[in-house]
Amino acid sequence: MTFVTEQSSGGESLTIEQALANLKQRDDLSLCYYAAWWLGKFRIRDAAVIDALIMALEEEADRTEVGGYPLKRNAARALGKLGDRKAVVPLINCLDCSDFYVREAAAQSLGMLGDPVCSPQLMELLEGGIEAAKPVPGSPHLAQPYNAVIEALGSLGAKEAIALIEPFLEHDQERIQYAAARAMYQLTENPAYGDRLVQALKGKKLQLRRAVLADLGAIGYLKAADAIAQTLAENSLKLISLKGVLEHEVKNSASESVQLSEGAIHVIKLMDDLL
Amino acid sequence: MTNDQNLIQAVEQADSSPRLLAAVRTLANAKIEAGIPTLIAVLSYNNPGAAVAAVDGLVQLGDVAVEPLLNLLDEYNYGGRAWAIRALAQLADPRALDTLLNAAETDFALSVRRAAAKGLGDIQWSKLSPEEIPSAQGRVLKTLQVTSYDPEWVVRYASVVGLQGLATAVAETQPDYWQQIIAHFEQLMKDESDLAVRTRVQFALAQLQPEMAKAG
Repeated sequence: MTFVTEQSSGGESLTIEQALANLKQRDDLSLCYYAAWWLGKFRIRDAAVIDALIMALEEEADRTEVGGYPLKRNAARALGKLGDRKAVVPLINCLDCSDFYVREAAAQSLGMLGDPVCSPQLMELLEGGIEAAKPVPGSPHLAQPYNAVIEALGSLGAKEAIALIEPFLEHDQERIQYAAARAMYQLTENPAYGDRLVQALKGKKLQLRRAVLADLGAIGYLKAADAIAQTLAENSLKLISLKGVLEHEVKNSASESVQLSEGAIHVIKLMDDLL
Repeated sequence: MTNDQNLIQAVEQADSSPRLLAAVRTLANAKIEAGIPTLIAVLSYNNPGAAVAAVDGLVQLGDVAVEPLLNLLDEYNYGGRAWAIRALAQLADPRALDTLLNAAETDFALSVRRAAAKGLGDIQWSKLSPEEIPSAQGRVLKTLQVTSYDPEWVVRYASVVGLQGLATAVAETQPDYWQQIIAHFEQLMKDESDLAVRTRVQFALAQLQPEMAKAG
């Protein structure tokens, strides 16, 4: 089977066998890097792929001048998409990697894999609270990937992290406040946190509105449906957000097979208008 | 200079994104035929806000915008082309049928495929002569059956919306197409792995039920 990415114009196309071979070799690390991304993108869930990606997580050779690990980053991201819990322990080990972006990718993937065994190690990254959550001089990021960590703890249902997460509602950066609101909603189901995200859709910055659309889709907050449809952002992002709301509503309605709820029908009508 | 020319000139001379957006909105709301080439030009400015406003304006103008939009498609600017197809999808004029069929199946941008798939369900069949309608509807049916297996969920979703629209249009005139659509939806309920798309199929079947009762 050959895959070509939808938007590629004459870009790389690979077979699964080639991608796996590229991932396993170490002569050309750029091929290895690309293969790790590709295998995640196309959700190639073979056991051999998982094993090779876990090997790549431990690869020390591929380093950027400033000490980053591009291959580890891509391998960590791919493992989140492939859904094999075998990757949980190796990803936990990445949470103390010196490269911020490896820690970020590992936290995101651990959130996606859904195994709460990693919660204590994720919570360690929040230690020091918002006092410690300051920008690192000379870098574009904060001391830890707080967004990714907080979102992961929310998706994992880590109620023991509520007290640690709550202060981040007051962090200087709006993006982190929203991540905290999203997680707090998931952990407490208190609509005040969902409503805070709905308010954020009226914000001035497009980047933030886009992030909040993703948050509302992830928590499936039905009351946000109209605000999602009306906010100023690309229809594609609104549709993905409403998809999350619709699926949450359908899964939580008593019986999927018989009749759709009024809420689900309302979301469907909003989605139809955005096509 | 007439007021109409002033509105057109305001778009052509806008020197910032907010001014362009405001000028395009004003021109769009004025619904003047002379503004069509200007609105079409805006589609190629690589300014999504202005393009959305221009599409709205062209759609409001209706029939008279169809030919100029189809002519634009010969040009090379991809961005403008994509917006033009979205405008044609909303206008749903059968003169754009070949363009929409082609876009739904082969355009590389999923936002264009999804707009075309939905638009195919809204085609204003009464604008065709009665003898042309069945074969044209058959082509739409065939294309939407293909696009309901697109790799992107949102294109599959839009294809279901398109098929529901087509089913409503053919319920009384083409019972064989109607039957094919219902059977296709039942097949999709088995094949579709995405919950949102499957939910949309379920909704389409529920919406079509009153028609089913009529058709017996």
